[in-house]
Amino acid sequence: MIEAKNLVKRYGTNEALHGVSFTFEDGRIYGFLGPNGAGKSTTMNIITGCLAATEGEVSINGYDIYEDAAEAKRCIGYLPEQPPLYNDMTVCEYLRYVGEAKGLKKEALFSGIELVMSKTSLYPVKDRLIKNLSKGYKQRVGIAQAILGDPPIIILDEPTVGLDPKQIIEIRELIRELGESHTVIISSHILTEISEICDYAVIIADGTVVASDTIENLTTMFEGSVNIKLDVRCTVSQAENILSSIADIRSFNTQKKGAGVVSCDIEAPKGTELRDSLFFAFADARLPIIAMAHEEVSLEKVFLALTSNPTSVENDDVKQSEEADDADEYTPVFGASNDEEEEK
Amino acid sequence: MFAQYKKELKGYFYNMTGVVFIALVLIITGIFATIMNFHRGNPEFEETLDGASFIFFLAIPILTMRSFAEEKSLKTDQLLYSLPMGMTRVVIGKYLAMVTVLAASTALLCFYPVLLSFYGHVNFIDSYSGIFAFFLLGCALIAIGMFISTLTESQVISAVISFGVLIAVYFMTLISTIIPGSETASLVCFLAVALVIGMIVYLLVKNSTAALTVSLVLVGATAAVFFIDRTLFKGLFPTVLEKFALFDRMYNFIYYGVFDVSAVVYYLSVIFLFVYLSVRSMDKRRWA
Repeated sequence: MIEAKNLVKRYGTNEALHGVSFTFEDGRIYGFLGPNGAGKSTTMNIITGCLAATEGEVSINGYDIYEDAAEAKRCIGYLPEQPPLYNDMTVCEYLRYVGEAKGLKKEALFSGIELVMSKTSLYPVKDRLIKNLSKGYKQRVGIAQAILGDPPIIILDEPTVGLDPKQIIEIRELIRELGESHTVIISSHILTEISEICDYAVIIADGTVVASDTIENLTTMFEGSVNIKLDVRCTVSQAENILSSIADIRSFNTQKKGAGVVSCDIEAPKGTELRDSLFFAFADARLPIIAMAHEEVSLEKVFLALTSNPTSVENDDVKQSEEADDADEYTPVFGASNDEEEEK
Repeated sequence: MFAQYKKELKGYFYNMTGVVFIALVLIITGIFATIMNFHRGNPEFEETLDGASFIFFLAIPILTMRSFAEEKSLKTDQLLYSLPMGMTRVVIGKYLAMVTVLAASTALLCFYPVLLSFYGHVNFIDSYSGIFAFFLLGCALIAIGMFISTLTESQVISAVISFGVLIAVYFMTLISTIIPGSETASLVCFLAVALVIGMIVYLLVKNSTAALTVSLVLVGATAAVFFIDRTLFKGLFPTVLEKFALFDRMYNFIYYGVFDVSAVVYYLSVIFLFVYLSVRSMDKRRWA
């Protein structure tokens, strides 16, 4: 478990983090989201002990990152934004060095290297110098060093940057696999990646946690209305007559699509289940529905809404910058049940 | 620590830095031995080492420049910070690897007295205590070079600054003879040193208030002593420079055949101080 309390980081006069607090529960995959310069990497560097916070505390599985640094760091595998690789070493030599530096003894070291090389598909290049590897393989070596020694918490800063689509899919699969037995924290600019891989998302903007919840809750939170797109084989007037007869519909637009098909954009109040009534209304009129799509609020929309003007968002789970100043009042617990969060 | 040591030592021979260092030391000492020992028929190899010791201000920056500057420029320092072994072990591991490269070259120098013994009488105790002093001097200079490497991201800047500092150390006695022995000259020199110490503190802690405080305290203390008894300052700075001259401290081993314990303690103190400062410098970077 990772607990961060009221993290503040100042670079000279510039304050990069303004009292960031959170708790990460075990066995989940967390996504760190935020625009460039929001404070994602700074937060990750503080959690891993690479950077010291100006104020605040971080504890990893109960060990303080400053007071019990060695024990805390033993619990973490970290891949920074730029993989920390020594170009004049081979993959095997590099992993051996990292393993020994992590305190792995002979048996555990060799079996650990074998395991991470098979997980990250590094066998074909194990005896090649790192400087001669492609960017994708370098990224894999970076991930391999992070997961070597099987640390319970794995922190990956932009793990799929620079990889080709096939490699991205493989790395995402690996992260999912790791998430089954580890706490995984990843940062990414790719919102689909976060929504695909992660159970929980933490959105940081301007050095403040502006939202933190499950992906589902975050998107639901921002749903103002239900939007349905419908293609029906009928005339525009037939479609308008039927749609007018359904009471729950707030507004609709119809447009002729060609070949006797009309496209309808329908909006209803949040929480309305329209699909059944639409189906039966058109079926009763013997007008075939060609396509029906329920448009959901994407994480991208949530991200844009939160990061474009973080202080304007009002929500129970979205904290204002001034609230973040008092960490004792609000510490998001990601992975806790809704009831637990309400109690908090 | 052993993992770091092994990795660094391998690195010095993978990228040829270690080989270049050993070659430089052997070539220069070889040239000096040929001229001073074999051509002149002088069996005292330790005197050769005194002449060849200037090689340190050329070779040691080559050895030390990459120790931390390269880690910073390649961003591999993040790995060092995130590993559980701690910065003290990292610094000691790196330092011992550099000392091992120096030890390898010094070990090869140990053949010279044996070689010279084929042509006449050699005092082995004097020769080997001279080689020991040569090695200790190298260790102290490596610690200084390593500390300089922790202050910058550029290997070139690290090498240039190390070169400048080691030249100043080499010519410390000569400099002490140039500086006037008057009370005022000593005062000015001590005040300049106080400002330099303040700058080093700033580089270490990146805190201008702390650096200014240290400088002001030192300046204040120096000025106070000066106004209480200015006669104390007469010739004081040149004397202090002579006492702290690293290269000169091996003369007792070389020219007088004395195993100078105070020199050993002095070298060990310099090593300890700069290894400690290197650890602090790297640790402080996390607070930047």
